[in-house]
Amino acid sequence: MRSTWVTPGGVHPPENKHQSVTMPIGSLPIPEKLLVPLSQHIGAPAKACVKVGTKVLKGQKIADATGAVSVPMHAPTSGTVTAIEDRPIAHSSGMSAPCIEITTDGKDTWIEHKGVVDFEHASPQALTKTIADAGIAGMGGAGFPSAIKLSPGHRRPINTLIINATECEPYITADDSAIRERAAEIITGIGILSHILGNPVNILIGIEDNKPEAIAALEPHVADTGISVVSFPTKYPSGGEKQLIYILTGKELPSGQLPADAGMVCINIGTTYAIKRAVVDGEPLISRVTTMTGNACGINRNYETLIGTPVSHMLAHSEFNEHACSRLVMGGPMMGFSLTSAEVPIVKTTNCILAPSYSEIPDDEPAQACIRCGMCAEACPASLLPQQLFWYSQAEDHDRLEAHNLFDCIECGACSYVCPSNIPLVQYYRSSKGEILKAREEKVKSDHARERFEFHQQRMEQAEKDKEAKRAARREAAEKAKATVAANSGTEKEGTGPVPGSAADIIAAAQARAAAKQVSPEEQQAKFERSIAGAEMRVQMATDKLAETNAKQTEDQKNILNAALEGAKQKLEQAQARLAEHVKKHSEQVK
Amino acid sequence: MAFKQITSPHAHAAQNTSKVMQLVLWATVPGLAALTIQFGWGSLINVVLAVVTAVACEAAILKLRKRPVAFYLQDYSAVVTAVLLGLALPPLAAWWVVVVGSMFSIIIAKQLYGGLGYNPFNPAMVGYVVLLISFPIQMTTWITPLSLLPDGVSHPGIIESLGIVFGGYSPADGVTGATPLDVFKHSSGLVVDQIYESNPLFSQAAFAGVGWEWVNLGFLAGGIVLLATRIFTWHGPVAMLAAIAVMSLLFWDGGSSESPGSPLMHLFSGASMMGAFFILTDPVSSAVSNRGRLIYGALIGVLVYIIRAWGNYPDAVAFAVLIANFAAPFIDNYTLPRTYGHTDRRRATEKEED
Ligand code: SF4
Ligand code: SF4
Repeated sequence: MRSTWVTPGGVHPPENKHQSVTMPIGSLPIPEKLLVPLSQHIGAPAKACVKVGTKVLKGQKIADATGAVSVPMHAPTSGTVTAIEDRPIAHSSGMSAPCIEITTDGKDTWIEHKGVVDFEHASPQALTKTIADAGIAGMGGAGFPSAIKLSPGHRRPINTLIINATECEPYITADDSAIRERAAEIITGIGILSHILGNPVNILIGIEDNKPEAIAALEPHVADTGISVVSFPTKYPSGGEKQLIYILTGKELPSGQLPADAGMVCINIGTTYAIKRAVVDGEPLISRVTTMTGNACGINRNYETLIGTPVSHMLAHSEFNEHACSRLVMGGPMMGFSLTSAEVPIVKTTNCILAPSYSEIPDDEPAQACIRCGMCAEACPASLLPQQLFWYSQAEDHDRLEAHNLFDCIECGACSYVCPSNIPLVQYYRSSKGEILKAREEKVKSDHARERFEFHQQRMEQAEKDKEAKRAARREAAEKAKATVAANSGTEKEGTGPVPGSAADIIAAAQARAAAKQVSPEEQQAKFERSIAGAEMRVQMATDKLAETNAKQTEDQKNILNAALEGAKQKLEQAQARLAEHVKKHSEQVK
Repeated sequence: MAFKQITSPHAHAAQNTSKVMQLVLWATVPGLAALTIQFGWGSLINVVLAVVTAVACEAAILKLRKRPVAFYLQDYSAVVTAVLLGLALPPLAAWWVVVVGSMFSIIIAKQLYGGLGYNPFNPAMVGYVVLLISFPIQMTTWITPLSLLPDGVSHPGIIESLGIVFGGYSPADGVTGATPLDVFKHSSGLVVDQIYESNPLFSQAAFAGVGWEWVNLGFLAGGIVLLATRIFTWHGPVAMLAAIAVMSLLFWDGGSSESPGSPLMHLFSGASMMGAFFILTDPVSSAVSNRGRLIYGALIGVLVYIIRAWGNYPDAVAFAVLIANFAAPFIDNYTLPRTYGHTDRRRATEKEED
């Protein structure tokens, strides 16, 4: 057996996984309407490529990826696009975002699709493109576009491929049940990954020892493949990327680095299944396994759920009792976020819907004072001091927070879980992180402004100095000239000619310079018109950019773009005003 | 359907602050029992009196500060402070000694600093030291352990004890006496063997000092329970006890007349075990990280020994703890744990380099 390493801290919350694995993965009736958000992943939102009224087939692309970090979206079933607008989506802040609504036709008609079975003969680039085109983003939680992880570049050769089958959060069994039922396909998926990454030396499937059935299901398929199934003691949060890397390799990922920097790629096991479907079967990512669990539901099981299925649809088929439900959580009880409405859709990263009863997860008790008992520090997998972070977070002492490595907090919630005073520690960390990032941004901005100002100031001073020097030179020259003139007048009799640099010369030279500088009115007008055209173009560009990014970007980005647009508009107005003035002056002159 | 918006994590361990405090209270029972068996009813009366005073003060101040009284009283922290103070005070001390100490602990040392979690000093020890400085006679009069009482004399019964505490009656002759630490303090000129032979406190002891060894064993037992239930980590207590042991070995001096006493005597005398497991483990006023707690505990151990051996007071846990409380924030600044993914520990005072 491979040796594993033990992470510091960690907690052992009740697992509550057995409820949802009594039945095999099921499927729900196709809901009447599906709501596919354009942003289900990390990166730029996709851009709709269908219109309201477009008939779509299952698997048809309905939104294009935009930019380098993005994924496309596909129709999860056949039907008609009935709306493209902002709808509430699953997000910790309960916000709305652009979605494509598809009214389903119940026929579930596939678009024509085809995969490659002998992927070994395909080029890694082509396979990566297939994965990108299938809209696959990490299905373990974060939703990072998988194709990007698979293109680490030549400077970062990959020697270790880690498949994350930890599923360390309580209640969730989506990966567990998928492994039990689809081990062969998963291993094929891993084979594809291995091929793309140039057959890394180590291929490790990291799995907690509380999933013996899944381990047993994998074992026969990994024989002679070079893939090792590595099981280790169950502890939350072993499934954090950094934690898993340490458990499997004994290496710590240096703060701020990506696994690829250390020659590793970490992929969730659910994602490997999607990759197999995409490559071998030619199916884009349009459904996933989601665990429906919690005592407020009579039926606890896993479903192959279409992306875009409203949570309410799942609840309706799970004997859900609203009055018994203490809260509705998307994700697990440790890191999931609460939903305020059940109308939000299941997305590519939704591994669980948890509807606990009040006895399972009661309402939070009011927080008491921190008694500095240190239980949080004992639980922290990153070896932070959560109680100190909490203290400085309350005091808004950003320097201390950074010195205590706030940004190495993975927000796993282990500290809040054990805190006897019920302090919502993670909430404090999140908001402090936000504040610090904002402060940093502002600092960068103000640094820029300061630099610009200082540069401007310098230039002004320099210009002033130059002018002064010129003036001095002129004065000197004038004096000299005067003296020469005086001398000349005194020595006229001697009959010497005019001396170079006399007053007359200077005046003549100045006139010549002015004449040279003076452009013809026509030329000037042309220049103004050019600058207006330029300014107009910039306004157009800024408007386009703003329209393109509108709504899906953060407030900040929008503000920046708006400011750019305003600036461009002002420049345009100035240019127009100058032209108008010029024309007026010129016509007056002509008169 | 509308649901509540609640931040993660949603699951929560069953532990809560009042349960932690209650467990600490239970863990003091063996020590209290040993004190009562060895020295009579006095300690129990101290504890009850201190608790009543403390809870009354806490409630009054909370009311003044317009805080929900019941909610904060439920954390049991005032009761813990009072119990520890009551255990530390000499049995059969006059009632007003206990009341003044308890009031001081809660009002001045705790609530004036902002209540639970904000007090930089251990409240029980602040109360204790204030009493020790203000009423040295009352504070250094101890009771003779059970087995050393003169023939025909016994510890006062519960009624008589109450009379002594509230009525100001004096206990019978022979009921009060020296402690092992006193003996060493005042026995210049004798080598340790002579002290051990001549003083029944030692000659009749199992291994450290009559009565005291049992009291310390009681607190040790309670402390081990708390360690096992992970209420605190081993770092502080072990560091303190180790420091006392090392110091007393270093200065054992072969048991000469200059020797301040053996390691065993120091570990199992006075407030050593109570200090190690119940006083310096007060999380609020101690260092935070495990490494910090090692240093903090060792500092207390060294200070305890120094004051015992060469200071003016026979026992020193209270002073040592308060001095270490001063040092705790400083220790914290230099003992941050190494975070995952960092090669070095950082300092708390570090600024981000621009
Ligand atoms: S667990 Fe809670 S009460 Fe204890 S030190 Fe941490 S934050 Fe404070
Ligand atoms: S949420 Fe952050 S501070 Fe709390 S245990 Fe997890 S990593 Fe540590």
